[in-house]
Amino acid sequence: MIPAAFDYVRVDSADAALAALAEHGDEAKLMAGGHSLIPLMKFRLAAPAVVVDIGRLSDLSYVNDAGDHLAIGALTRFRDLETNDMLKSQAGLLAHVASHVGDPQVRHRGTIGGTSAHGDPASDVPSALLALRATLVAQGPNGTREISADEFFNGFLETALTPDEMLMEIRVPKMPDAKWSFQKFNRRAQDWAIVGVSAVVNNGQAGIGLVNMDSKPLRAEAAEAAVAGGGDAAGAGAEAATGATPPADLNASVEYRQHLARVLTQRALAEAGL
Amino acid sequence: MEISVGINGSSQSHDVEPRTLLVHHLRDAAGLTGTNVGCDTSSCGACTVHLNGEAVKSCTMFAVQADGMEVTTIEGLAPSDDELHPMQQAFHECHALQCGYCTPGMVMAAVSLLDEVPNPTEAQVREGLEGNLCRCTGYHNIVKAVLQAAGGAK
Repeated sequence: MIPAAFDYVRVDSADAALAALAEHGDEAKLMAGGHSLIPLMKFRLAAPAVVVDIGRLSDLSYVNDAGDHLAIGALTRFRDLETNDMLKSQAGLLAHVASHVGDPQVRHRGTIGGTSAHGDPASDVPSALLALRATLVAQGPNGTREISADEFFNGFLETALTPDEMLMEIRVPKMPDAKWSFQKFNRRAQDWAIVGVSAVVNNGQAGIGLVNMDSKPLRAEAAEAAVAGGGDAAGAGAEAATGATPPADLNASVEYRQHLARVLTQRALAEAGL
Repeated sequence: MEISVGINGSSQSHDVEPRTLLVHHLRDAAGLTGTNVGCDTSSCGACTVHLNGEAVKSCTMFAVQADGMEVTTIEGLAPSDDELHPMQQAFHECHALQCGYCTPGMVMAAVSLLDEVPNPTEAQVREGLEGNLCRCTGYHNIVKAVLQAAGGAK
């Protein structure tokens, strides 16, 4: 499959990337590892006139200790997340979820910023960002702004980013004592999750993010509330599909996805010690 | 766009359209047809090559992204024309192929796996090769070959 023709611009700084976005507006797309954008372009679901390659901005590839949170550069690859000791000890859920994205070849190219900006409800990593209450940092012509994961993912392949903004950093609270679990249900190795659940339990509070249960990455708010109200894994799991509008496709009906969300959330909360 | 890619140790310059996929560039411009196109959707791994030493799927990269980088294909793995790479030798000895279509990608992924996990368990080999599909269902001998190449075969 051959994508539509485009102009290729490779930039060597975030400022140059922002300048390219300012020049080309919504005709341009940023490309990090390209593992979300290139498949879309090959299917001709996306046909940007200009592709701005930010893949070599190595100064945006990092996991830093920033006091009460970890600061993760948007260009950090899944491979670097799954092998990062600090991430494993302070926000182990995210390192673990990163290790379940695609396959090793995909994880050598794909980035946390790329998957976040893509906003695919079937992606694994956004569920962890929702569960962990991550903050996403965007930079645009008017400066920098922080966006909660809840507000960042706002529709199918849509995020709060404006066409002239670039995702710079993802901030994840440090929770060394939290217990967590990731449940990914699929039929074949390497497949997308039919339904997935990221759960983290810390000080009696739960954060739960769902994969493929709505048109966007979604938090299981009713299940979180059930935990806060003293519910056990079974009781909270029963609420996991409340408020979700899952898609139906060849793999699963709406009812089956709702069932999976309840079962997987119960398992995830139990594994997280609830 | 003029790009220069180190391919199997020699720098090659070509004028490419930005939309040219790396796998097509390797096959059509560089004439290296050992890298296969399988699914063309980054699922099957037949197009796996090394980019700066790490396994990647060359159907999901533009050639322009490899500008200035080092690419190794299956043709660049063996130390000489008379000698196989240890992973190729292990595939040969363990009969780790049937039709052979997945083999170049499988070998490249396996070499990258052993770079990252030098002494893998069988489970780690199976997980490490999850990005490569063999439709002859020959996984058993492939796993055996990778373990043998790692020095773990009994």
